[in-house]
Amino acid sequence: MLVYLFRRLVNVVFMLLVVAAVTFGIFFMVPKLTGTDPAMLYVGKIADKVAVEGIRHKMGLDKSIIEQFWLFLKGVFVGRDYNAGTDMTHCAAPCLGYSFKTEREVWPLLLNRVGVDFSLAAGACVLWLVFGTATGVVSALRRGTALDRLTMSVALAGVSLPIYFTGLVALAVFGHQLGWFPINYTDLTDDPLAWFEGLVLPWVTLAFLYAATYARLSRATLLDVLGEDYIRTARAKGLKEPVVIGKHAMRSTLTPILTIFGMDLGGLLGGAVLTEKTFNLRGLGYEAVTSIQSSDLPVIMGVTLFAAFFIVMANLVVDLLYAVVDPRVRLT
Amino acid sequence: MSNTDQPNLADKSFLSVRDLKVHFPTDDGLVKSVNGLSFDLERGKTLGIVGESGSGKSVTSLSIMGLHRTGTKRGAPRISGEIWLDGEDLVAADPDRVRKLRGQKMAMIFQDPLTAMHPYYTVGAQIVEGYRAHHPGASKKEARKRAVEMLDRVGIPQPDRRVDNYPHEFSGGMRQRAMIAMALVNDPSLLIADEPTTALDVTVQAQILDLIRDLQKEFGSAVIIITHDLGVVAELADDILVMYGGKPVERGPAATIFESPEHPYTWGLLGSMPRLDRELQDRLIPVKGTPPSLINVPSGCAFHPRCPYAELTGGRSTSEVPALAEAAPRHHAACHLPIAERHRIFTEEIAPRL
Repeated sequence: MLVYLFRRLVNVVFMLLVVAAVTFGIFFMVPKLTGTDPAMLYVGKIADKVAVEGIRHKMGLDKSIIEQFWLFLKGVFVGRDYNAGTDMTHCAAPCLGYSFKTEREVWPLLLNRVGVDFSLAAGACVLWLVFGTATGVVSALRRGTALDRLTMSVALAGVSLPIYFTGLVALAVFGHQLGWFPINYTDLTDDPLAWFEGLVLPWVTLAFLYAATYARLSRATLLDVLGEDYIRTARAKGLKEPVVIGKHAMRSTLTPILTIFGMDLGGLLGGAVLTEKTFNLRGLGYEAVTSIQSSDLPVIMGVTLFAAFFIVMANLVVDLLYAVVDPRVRLT
Repeated sequence: MSNTDQPNLADKSFLSVRDLKVHFPTDDGLVKSVNGLSFDLERGKTLGIVGESGSGKSVTSLSIMGLHRTGTKRGAPRISGEIWLDGEDLVAADPDRVRKLRGQKMAMIFQDPLTAMHPYYTVGAQIVEGYRAHHPGASKKEARKRAVEMLDRVGIPQPDRRVDNYPHEFSGGMRQRAMIAMALVNDPSLLIADEPTTALDVTVQAQILDLIRDLQKEFGSAVIIITHDLGVVAELADDILVMYGGKPVERGPAATIFESPEHPYTWGLLGSMPRLDRELQDRLIPVKGTPPSLINVPSGCAFHPRCPYAELTGGRSTSEVPALAEAAPRHHAACHLPIAERHRIFTEEIAPRL
């Protein structure tokens, strides 16, 4: 078990290294090919040659790409000094460099942004997990009835409708028309109530999108499970139907749901571009879009690493939980 | 087993099935899985129900257990007739009453012990659950003690350790033993074993059959063994009921069925059974053709399309459904062939080849 965990963690680090190398490769090679100079991006259009050279030297852009990558990695783990003679800046670990645009450190910036995604995911995932699974279960138990057909139609709509449609409708109706919810994001630490109110609409719309998938998955899985021999055995023992369904059938139904839940959550924490854009939230997704638009390479690097980290960790957590849920799974 | 088709209800046996019909409505038509089945079974006796796939033997057992209602994905089956268990009609009874009897007064062992146990719960937990479902007052500790006791009784070594194993950590034969322990945990008076050895290694099959026989002697319960394998019932059964196309075609004491079978289908089953105690034959004689459709059951005798002697009945086999009639004391068969003719064919043509 501990050996397994250690091996998986090594694996995680390795995966992140690969992601970092590939991203670094792409984003630091491309400017070379297109003839733009990263140093120019720092200093802006009206810089003179001397200033550009100074920046280039200070940021280490005059070194080879391998060396730059090494310095970048070193910065992540032990921090990094940007040194240009008299002008010296220290960037504490974990250092992801400085934004070209704002010239601020990337790490605190992203840490700030990811709070929005955590807030968004925290509420939405509870909603979609509870309502999605419950809907699917009820649907499966009432299969073939009008209720089943209705919920499955709604679920189909949920899967098909993009968030920028449902989100805008929700904003227009409940935000502007009825004025029930504010349409601004407030930090949890600033005002918990405002934080909650501001997130209700994004939570509900995002949960609707995901819940639809969960409803369909849990319905299909439960129907499969109900046909299993061990369900017949449970009934043959004389167990009450709620126990047969709630204990024996649900335990098996939740396993595949757990898997996609981990993936979805991991993906969501790495930025939800459409949702953030629709509700004007400034999370990692927003940062990703703006940094790409402005070729802000250090920020792009940071966002990619953040997202990759969440997805890889979610994978690991799911695998560990799997072993808890299913005794047949051996972690070796 | 009683002597007549419709005995007085006064001298009802422990288990008494009367004209049981189980029909499943499907998109293709009405599937008549069981279509008029009657039999009786006393405590301490074993009945073997024999037939091919689709003869209705498993549906019969599920109906007795009341599992036909919930076990299907399609529409609810239509069930008629009577199933009397110790003076109670299970067909007419409230489903919750039948549920309470399930696992307590009547229990069932299934074919494949791997899929029949929940993979996520330990063997012990599953036995404990069955015990506590019918002993609400029992503490977890008592129930666990009982589970260990049962595992020991069915011959599982180190039961106090194995009780915490998961089903996948057991071998096939051990799993079936555990299933039997689970079924017997509440001392049921009726035990139904649906193909209990089919999914097991040949070497283990005999052990499981021995176990069932020993336990029956010990607990004095009535046992129904459902199988397509005449060898299994030869080992265990007091009486045999042969089913074909949802109906009983022959029934009688096991020894009689093996020595002087009356129905051509039973002849076919016996002819297709490998035997080591006879001279080596060139080949086994299969029953020709395929099992009948249960939606469009052949007219008259359901077996007539496959029966080599159908022409000897003067056309009755295609037009008239044969009744289960007494051929000898306690021995019934549903066949249009005159008894004398049947005996002649059996002694002249069939017996020498068996």
